[in-house]
Amino acid sequence: MNNSLAEKLAPFLSFTVLVIAWELTVRFAGLNTNSLPGPSQVFFSMIELIRNGAIFKHTVASLFRVTAGFYLAAALGIPFGIILGRSETFALLFNPVIHFLRPISPLAWIPLAMLWFGIGDQPAIFLIFLSSFFPIVVSTTVAVQSINPTYFYVAANFDFSRTEVIKKVVIPAIIPDIITALRLTVTISWIVVVAAEMIAVQSGLGYLILDARNGLRMDYVLDGMIVIGLIGLLLDSIMRRLGRIDSASWGIRQI
Amino acid sequence: MGHIQIVGLNKEFINRRKIKREEEVSSFGQVVPVLEDINIEIEEGEMVCFLGPSGCGKSTLMRIVAGFDRQSSGSVMIDDKEITGPSSDNIFVFQHSGLLPWMTVWQNVELGLRHMENKDEQCEKIQEYIEMVELEGFEDHYPHQLSGGMLRRAELARALVVNPDILIMDEPFSGLDFLTHMKLREEVVNMHQFLGKTVLIVTHDIDDALVMGDRIIVFSRRPSQIKMNRRLDFPHPRNFFKKNHELAKLRDELFFMLGVNYAV
Repeated sequence: MNNSLAEKLAPFLSFTVLVIAWELTVRFAGLNTNSLPGPSQVFFSMIELIRNGAIFKHTVASLFRVTAGFYLAAALGIPFGIILGRSETFALLFNPVIHFLRPISPLAWIPLAMLWFGIGDQPAIFLIFLSSFFPIVVSTTVAVQSINPTYFYVAANFDFSRTEVIKKVVIPAIIPDIITALRLTVTISWIVVVAAEMIAVQSGLGYLILDARNGLRMDYVLDGMIVIGLIGLLLDSIMRRLGRIDSASWGIRQI
Repeated sequence: MGHIQIVGLNKEFINRRKIKREEEVSSFGQVVPVLEDINIEIEEGEMVCFLGPSGCGKSTLMRIVAGFDRQSSGSVMIDDKEITGPSSDNIFVFQHSGLLPWMTVWQNVELGLRHMENKDEQCEKIQEYIEMVELEGFEDHYPHQLSGGMLRRAELARALVVNPDILIMDEPFSGLDFLTHMKLREEVVNMHQFLGKTVLIVTHDIDDALVMGDRIIVFSRRPSQIKMNRRLDFPHPRNFFKKNHELAKLRDELFFMLGVNYAV
């Protein structure tokens, strides 16, 4: 689409269609409003949750856990991935372990996480860390290994020191891939935080959904889902904005 | 500075892929000889063009001279010193752009001068070389925003700013359109006459070699040996070589040598 106005309106159009379809389903499918509340009911209960501040409290709690776990995973995973990508010995040593641990769902760690960290933020942060750490390590390793070897020759030709190779070649070369990896990973950690909050804690959007289900308030359940979706959208657009930085834009395709 | 002596150089590659099961393969894989007994002496300030069929190892030889690769046996001496590794005294200009894509033209040219103490002098020098390759106004552009010819010129500026003894160019004009190719060729010849550096150029374009070279070295098919090593004592500009009988004869001979029987 060339028209920038049309480009901006398109998402609203698809959301409007979604809401209308939802309303029509509720009206004509003959469902009980307890099993699928309509848009208006969900809207009013959302206002209710905003008025009493519950939605903010839970969102902030979830965001805090995602941020902590995700940053921790990125802060440890990216350097670790660079080491694995640069050193064949390290790759041989650690890759089997990483690929063994990677397919184990973070949710399988819940019993151990609760045993080790008890109830509260820590087990949730630990689970989010697990869910993001391995994808970040693997993407970083692959990104480092696929750097065009010409750049290393250039570095050698201009007498780069070891730290200069890392700072001026490796890190800038992998930034586009890292941004893509973080974009995908932040969504995974957002998925995991909801699951983690259904078990180990008394706050967060996952807890809100579970608590509402226990009280048979399906409108609250839907409110929780909507907020999760909106925040996911927001996180993704923040990550995408990173890709527009000039020195990274050479290697990023906008999706 | 920039005298190169290559004596009895051999280079073998090891092919680890098994081609046939019955074929006897040593535990190291199959040994493929690439360069065989290469002896070349290049004078300081000479511009030497290397011709040869594709895959004959011309680029491999250049990578050995640049210190990116090691010979299997024999020696390569630059100014009577054995090569130990890459150095900013011999700059390699890559076939596909070797500019770092996350740095602007300015930052790329700055690479060779990054240890310079005097920042004003550094700035002046970078500006001078960017102007020399006619890229003023594009200092803050990233490589992906430049055309093919501008990329080569930026890389040339980056190479020249460190004042290297030897410049190694691996197919510097491949992938350029005809006019850009001609113009850049002229610029390289002018640059060479002006700066007088030792320049090694790998090319598959016979006319490039005839127009530019102080000497032409022709490689045979793999395993490569030197088939011809001839000085060209013709004055520049040589763009009328079609009227010069001696050059025209040499051109036909080169075409024939490289497998084109009737020089078209």
